[in-house]
Amino acid sequence: MLAAQASMSAIEIQIGGFGGQGVILAGLTLGRGLALYEDYHVSLTQSFGPEARGSACSVQLIVSDAPILYPYLSRPDVLVTLSQEAFRRFAPQVREGGRLLVEETLVRPEGVRPDLRLWAVPATRLAEELGRKIVLNMVVVGFFAAVTGLLRPESARRAVSESVPLGTEALNLAAFEKGYACGVSRLAAAGAETAFRPLPLTGRS
Amino acid sequence: MKADPAGVLTGTHFLDGDQACCEGALAAGCRFAAGYPITPSTEIVERFAQRAPQVGGMFIQMEDELAASIAIQGAVWAGAKAFTVTSGPGFSLMMEHIGFAAMTETPCVVVDVQRGGPSTGLPTLPGQGDIMQARWGSHGDYEIIALVPSSPQECFELTLDAFNLAERYRVPALVLMDECVGHMTEKVVIPPAQEIEIVPRRYTARPPADYQPFEPGPDGVPEMVRAGDGYRIHVTGMTHDQRGYPEVSAEAQQRLVERLVAKIRGHAERIARVEETWTQDADIIVVAYGITARVALRGVEMARERGVAAGLLRPVVVWPFPEKRVRELAARARAFVVVEMNYGQVALEVERVVAGRAPTVLVPHAGGTVHPPEEILAAILAQAPAREVAR
Amino acid sequence: MTARTDAVAANPVEAFLRSDRMPHIWCPGCGIGTTVNCFARALLQAKLNLDRVVVVSGIGCTGRVAGYLELDSFHTTHGRAIPFATGLKLANPELTVVVYSGDGDLVGIGGNHFIHAARRNVDLKVICVNNFTYGMTGGQVAPTTPLGALSTTTPYGCFEQPFNLPQLAESSGAVYVARWTSYHVRQLTHAFGEALRKKGFSFIEILSPCPTLYERRNRLGDGLEMMKYFKEQSLVRHGAPTKELGLTFQGPIAVGKFVDRERPTFLETLNQQLARTLEAQYAGCAGEHVRD
Repeated sequence: MLAAQASMSAIEIQIGGFGGQGVILAGLTLGRGLALYEDYHVSLTQSFGPEARGSACSVQLIVSDAPILYPYLSRPDVLVTLSQEAFRRFAPQVREGGRLLVEETLVRPEGVRPDLRLWAVPATRLAEELGRKIVLNMVVVGFFAAVTGLLRPESARRAVSESVPLGTEALNLAAFEKGYACGVSRLAAAGAETAFRPLPLTGRS
Repeated sequence: MKADPAGVLTGTHFLDGDQACCEGALAAGCRFAAGYPITPSTEIVERFAQRAPQVGGMFIQMEDELAASIAIQGAVWAGAKAFTVTSGPGFSLMMEHIGFAAMTETPCVVVDVQRGGPSTGLPTLPGQGDIMQARWGSHGDYEIIALVPSSPQECFELTLDAFNLAERYRVPALVLMDECVGHMTEKVVIPPAQEIEIVPRRYTARPPADYQPFEPGPDGVPEMVRAGDGYRIHVTGMTHDQRGYPEVSAEAQQRLVERLVAKIRGHAERIARVEETWTQDADIIVVAYGITARVALRGVEMARERGVAAGLLRPVVVWPFPEKRVRELAARARAFVVVEMNYGQVALEVERVVAGRAPTVLVPHAGGTVHPPEEILAAILAQAPAREVAR
Repeated sequence: MTARTDAVAANPVEAFLRSDRMPHIWCPGCGIGTTVNCFARALLQAKLNLDRVVVVSGIGCTGRVAGYLELDSFHTTHGRAIPFATGLKLANPELTVVVYSGDGDLVGIGGNHFIHAARRNVDLKVICVNNFTYGMTGGQVAPTTPLGALSTTTPYGCFEQPFNLPQLAESSGAVYVARWTSYHVRQLTHAFGEALRKKGFSFIEILSPCPTLYERRNRLGDGLEMMKYFKEQSLVRHGAPTKELGLTFQGPIAVGKFVDRERPTFLETLNQQLARTLEAQYAGCAGEHVRD
C-alpha cells in the first residue's frame, strides 16, 4: 500500500568507491539494519549502466519515517567515499550541512566545503590489523554507525551477521567493532555525542 | 489450499524486487523455471537456481527465450507450476508462446522486468513501454492477466497472485515489473505459509471416458489433466474442439475464441484491482502504475499541499483494465492525468473508457529514470481550476 | 509394409491411432503414415506403459503425427517441440517423451533447440521425417534440400549446402543416431524400438517421399518411384563415420545405425552435481517434487 508522506523526514546516504571494496555490501548492511532493526522505511538503489563503468561503484539509500515515493537520490545528507574518484564525483553534491565520511588512506579530502563535517577513518589499516583487508567495508559500517548515530550498534551488529557470507560473521563483526570504536573515539576527540538519536529532519523535497 | 512451507521464506527481509519476485514464485509452489539471461531480470532466476534445489525444484537455462517460454509449458503439462522471466527483447521473443499458452489454456507465469526500449534500448535502466505488448503482443484475439508491482514487497505479493490467477483462469499471467522496482532493495515481509492462500490446479475428477480436455466448466474454464495420467489427451495450438482435436472452421473458431475471451472479460471486475489515494473528493485523477505510481503520488501530494484536489488511481492489475472504476470516476472528475514511462499506452485505455467526459492528459517519459515529481505537479496544476491553485 | 489381406481382422496398430480423426491429411504416396505405422509397431513390441508415452510435434506435415496417435500428445509451435518436450521430461522423468516432427521444423526453425538438447543429452527420442522440403506450405527450400533440387523458392535449383543430419546430431552430442527411409519398414521399426529403450538424446532421420511437392516439381515420378530410389540407392553402412553421410540429389543414401554410445543424461548430471555440492540440503529435483 502506498501511503502519502504527509510530514516525512528523510535522509539520503550515498556510499561510493570502486569495485571489490564491498561498497554494495556495506550499503546493504546499513540498509538492512535501518529497515529491519530501526524500523525506518529504506529504499536502496545501486548505480548501473554507464555511471557504473570502469571500477566506479556506488550505492544510495533513502531512509525515512514514511513510505518512500521518489526512489532515487537527490542530494546526499551523508556521503561515504572509499576512493578519490568517488570523492571527486560525489562530494560536490552533498547537501548543505551534510556529513562526509572518508577512508583516510584512500581519499585525500581536498577542497571540502566549510558547511560539511568531515570524518576520516583508517579503515584499510584497521582491516589489515585483522589480517584481512577485505573487511574494510565492515570497518566503515561500524564507523558510520558511531559517527552518524543513525542506527544503534546492536541493530548494526545484527545486520552485519545477516549480510556477510556464512562462516565469516566473527571476522566481519570484529571489523565492525574496530570501526565503531574508532568512530566513538573520534567523536569524543571532537567533543560530539555518540548517543542514538532519532532521524533528523532535513530539507528533502 | 495453503502454501507448502518448504518454499516460503517466512520472515522480514531486505530484498530487491527481483529477489522478492523469486520468493513469490517459490511461495506460490512454483518448482520449475526456465530462462535466458537478460538484464535486468536475471537476478530472479539466479536466485531461483540457488534456492530451488533446496526445496525440490529446478531451473534450466535454455538456449533462448523462445525455448524458455515453451519449456515451462511442457513442465506445466507434466504437472509443475512454472514460470519464466525476461526483459524487453526477450519478451518480444516470448510472444509466440504467450499466444500458445492462451490457446492451449496452459496456466503459467511470465515476468517482464521492463527496461527502456525499443530494441536493445537501455538494458540497465527502467521503462514501462511493454504494457500494450503484454496485452496484444501475440497474434490473434486472446486475453491475459497482467499485474504491475510498485515495490519489492509487491514483487513478492503480485508474483504469488499471478500464479493463483493463472491457475484460476488457466491463462498466462504476466508480472510487469520495471528495472527500478526490480533493482530497488526494501523491506519485504513474507508471511507464514499457513497465511498464504494457493489456488491449486483444477484437475478433473472425471474418469477418462467422461472427460474432454477443453469442455468448459460453468465459469468457462476447463478442467485439466497431466500428461501421464492415462487420459491420452491431445493439445494443439490450432483451433480445436472440446476434445482438443484441430478443427479448421469458422464455427469452431467462433466457439473457442469467444470462450477464451469471455472467461477473462466475464470475470474482469473480479480480477481488476486498483489502489486509490485521496480520490473520494478528487477533481483531478492521476493514473499511474508500477514505480511511476510512487513518483506520481509525490506529485499528487505536492498538488494537495497547494490546495488542489488531486487523487491517485493505481491499477495493480492493469489487464484486464479497471474499466468500471475509471468510468465511475469519469462521471465526476474534472480531468485525468496519466503518468507513465512510455509515450501513451494506459493513457489510451483511460481515454477510451472516459469517452470524452473529461480530458485525458498524458505525462509521458521515454524511460531511463522516473518522472521528476515537479513535472507531474505541473501537469496536475495545468488541469486545476485557477481559483484552486495557490502558488 | 506387411499389410493384412484379411479384411475382417483389425489392424494391429489401430489401438495406437485416434481412429475418430481418420482420414488423415497426408497425401497419397506420402511416407509419413508409413513411419507412424512402424512407430506404432515398435510401441506394441516395446511393451511400454502407453499412459506414460508422450508424443510432441511441431508444425508441418509431420507435425500432425501427434494428433493421430492415441497417446498424450502435444502439437506445439513451429520449431519448438524440443524445448516443450524438455520441460515435460524434466518435470516428469517417468514419461517416455518422443519428439516427432519434420526436417524444416526440427533443424530449420528449430535448429538451435535441436543442437542444445543434444548437447545437454536430454532423454528425448527425436524422430525427423525428412522429405527434403517444406510440405505444408507448398514446397519451399529446406535446410535439407539437396543441391540442384527445385523448390518453389529455388526455382532455378537449390544452391545452399544442406545439413548432414546424422553428423549434426552426433557432433552435438546425441547418443543414438540412425538413418532409414520409409522403404525400410522392418529396420525402421527396429530402430524405433532401440531408441525407445535408449536413455539420452536419440535421433532417427527417416527419408520419406513427398510426391505432391518435391517429386512432382523435380520430375521424380510418384511415391512409388521414390520408394524405388530408396530401395536401389540405399546402402546399409552401420557405424559409418557420420561426416561421410551427406546426401546429394538422387544420389546414394547411407542408411543404418551410426552412433550408439553412453553418456550421462541431463537429469543424471544435474542430480549428481547437486547431490555432491548441496549434500543433505539437496531436496531432490525434477520428478520428485517438481509436480504438485
